[in-house]
Order: sequence, then structure tokens, then C-alpha cells
Amino acid sequence: MTAAAPSRITVVGASAAGLSVAEGLRREGYPGRLTLIGEEAHLPYDRPPLSKQLLSGQWEADRLRLRDSAAIEALDLDLRLGTRAAALDTAAGEVALADGSRVGHDALVVATGARARRLPGTEGIGGVHVLRTLEDAFALREDVAAKPHLVVVGGGFVGAEAAAVARALGCEVTMVTDTAQPMGDALGDDLGAMLRAVHTEHGVRVETGVLVDRVLTADGRASGVRLVDGRTIAADAVLVGIGARPNVEWLAGSGVPVSGGVVCDATLHAGSGVWAAGDVASWPDPRTGELVRVEHRTNAAEQGLAVARNILAGPERAAPFETVPYVWTDQYDLKIQIYGRTRDADEVRIVEGGLAERRLIALYGRNGRVCAAVGVNMVRALRGYRPQVAEAAELKERSTP
Amino acid sequence: MRISIDFDKCCGAGQCVLAAPEVFDQRDEDGIVILLDPHPPADQYETVRQAEAVCPAAAIKVEQ
Repeated sequence: MTAAAPSRITVVGASAAGLSVAEGLRREGYPGRLTLIGEEAHLPYDRPPLSKQLLSGQWEADRLRLRDSAAIEALDLDLRLGTRAAALDTAAGEVALADGSRVGHDALVVATGARARRLPGTEGIGGVHVLRTLEDAFALREDVAAKPHLVVVGGGFVGAEAAAVARALGCEVTMVTDTAQPMGDALGDDLGAMLRAVHTEHGVRVETGVLVDRVLTADGRASGVRLVDGRTIAADAVLVGIGARPNVEWLAGSGVPVSGGVVCDATLHAGSGVWAAGDVASWPDPRTGELVRVEHRTNAAEQGLAVARNILAGPERAAPFETVPYVWTDQYDLKIQIYGRTRDADEVRIVEGGLAERRLIALYGRNGRVCAAVGVNMVRALRGYRPQVAEAAELKERSTP
Repeated sequence: MRISIDFDKCCGAGQCVLAAPEVFDQRDEDGIVILLDPHPPADQYETVRQAEAVCPAAAIKVEQ
């Protein structure tokens, strides 16, 4: 059975992944109706700068726009911003919006992303922040301008970047993470220890291997955090950077398979003409078969393009999505870049440079095969190692390109 | 085709070089993009469009 080519495509989510789907469809010549639904009122904007240039005050919101108005206009979209998708009626092929309207489709792309996890019981407490949206970033920037003692809960990308920026802006900063080192999940212990030293030298107090129990308050505002070991740390503001949760609740009862994210096949098809792209999509890793979900900026763009091509090809001709995940972080004068997946590595080999110079390339291995390449201030050279990650090459004594 | 780069936005990801190595390169010292050919020939249009689409900093703008 060959389904008719879709003439009504709805993309739910107007951030990097959703925009990429829309651009991909038009680039491939899709002439039909293209509805793009976004919960946020803004035109598509970029999130990585929120914890960097926007927080530091170097850039304003207009610099974060992913495309200018003319480029958005040229996509000829039925654009519904500031409108949340509330439910999916799979049988009718309709998305119900929070404003009561309904939009019919022949194919649907779920690109609803993820939202910041919060510490339980902290909603509405003054001075407690997350960092995921423009509004979040402006609220944090406003608090940071008063040079508070900022406690950063979480030592991941968002927490570590924001700690660096807040310190540069003159805040007293304490970072608390349950991992053994800042960014320990992504970098492992050795590079994490190097990063910790950098933060410490810049005056950040780093507390590792300990969970935050709760945020303390005085007069409805954050006054500190209590750690699970009983210690307390005073604070005027708290940034919670403990990861993100995929936005899938609106799919309840739709029949779309959800487990963590939207469960897709290797082509990013979740069945019944429903596709997923970006932070919300879970798909089987072509090498291991395990379901993976990647919350990186480049993954959103690549999956958006792949879904656009696959929708137009149809489910039977759709191609598996394959990628080498890429992510970067900027902290102080360090640029750290990662190709691949470091998380399950059982071996780390520094193949160029060294920890002492804070300039290096490290290959991460799993069962003797390269699973990731990490560069610290060796931006161009790192690209030469990408093929070893793509091919899961044997990790040798001197695995230089 | 005309390519313009917002160098201040470039984050050195190198995704453009992977997509269109005949049009883009990176500086050795910091990985910032080098535009090898601001007016590439037609056989490069597709890869340049790909580079524009996957640039994680939205630093590449293509006009045709």
C-alpha cells in the first residue's frame, strides 16, 4: 500500500528541530500546507547562547533569532505561536490546541523538546531559577546583576556554563553536583577534575558528590540550600540545572508510543504518520539497538532534516537516521567539544596535548572501540578524529588520524 | 548564490566543513569558520544549503 503524498503537515514545536523540519520540507519542494505550532510566543530562537552570551549581557534576544523575518516568511507557514498543543487525536488526524482550535494533518512531527527539571517544591519561590527559555535567561540575568551569592545546583552543561558567566560578572558562586566532578557524566573523572580546577581557580566553590536536599527560604525568597549530608549553603539566588524532561504529556491517550521520549523506529517514525525530531525523539542506535535520546543542538537540526526527507519519501522508503552526536561548551577561555557518546566509556586516552596544558584531544573507548572524541581548545584538530568515532575504530596505543 | 557569515556567532563546530569542505574551512587557532568561496558554483549549492541548515550557531546565511 502506498499512501498518498501528504498535503497537510503539522509540526508541533517551533524551536531548532521544528524549524529544521519546516525548512527541510520546503527545500525538498513540499508545496502543501505546513503548520508550525509553538508554545512560546517567540519566533524560533537559539538556546545554547542563553547560558553564555545572553546571560553575560554580551547579546540581546535579537541575536538569538534562528532566522530573520524574511526567511521565516519565505517558508509560507501556517504559524501558530504562543499556542500549546494540548492533545493528539490520532484517529481523526488532528491536534487540539490549548486555545480550543484543531488542526488536521496527513503527517505530524513531534518536536516539542524538553523542559527544565525543577527541584520539587521550588515553584514560585523568588530567586530560584532554571535556564531553558529566553524568559528564564532574562530572569536569571536580572538577579545576577545584583551580584548575589549564586548557588548552582547541577554540574552539567547549563550549570557549569552559568557558573562561569556568573563568576565573570562578579557573583560569588558555589556549584553543587552529585557527580564526582563537574560535567563528570560527559567528560569522566580526569577531564572533569581539570575542569574543576579551572572553576576553582576562577573562584567558584565546587561541592561534588553530594545532592541538594532542598532550597531554604526566607520571606518567600531563596536563602540557601540544604545538602543531603546536612550542611547548608547560604544563597541569594539558586540556579537549578539538573537536566530536562521530554515534553510528551500532551500525547497521553493518543497511542503514540512514549517511554522517556517518543519511541521511534530507526527512521524517526513513531507509526501512523507521526514522526519525532530533536530532544523529544528516542530512536534505536544503529550500532547497539538501544533506544537513545540526544539533547544537543546539532542533533535537533539533523533530525529535523532527516524527518523532512523521510516524510516525503514515505514510511516504506524512509532512510535510517545516522549521526555522530556533537556538542560543545564554552567556559572561561575553554572550548570543550565532544563527538560521539562518552557516557559508557570504560577507557580514556589522551592522544594529543595534555591535561596540564588544558589543551588536548582524548579518545573515549568502550570495549576497545572508539565511542567518542573530546577536544579541549583544539577545535580544528578534533574534527580529524570524527571518522574514528563514526566507524567505532579500534582504540590503539596511538590512535592519531 | 551569495554566502554571508556572522563570524561573531560562529562557535567553531565545524559542521559546515563536514557538509561542504570545498566552501568552508576552520582557522587552526580557534576553529572559527573560513569562507573559502563566497560565490560557490552551482554544483555546491546543495551542500552549502546543508551547511546553512546544520550550523548550530545559525551563523551562515545563504541568498540566491
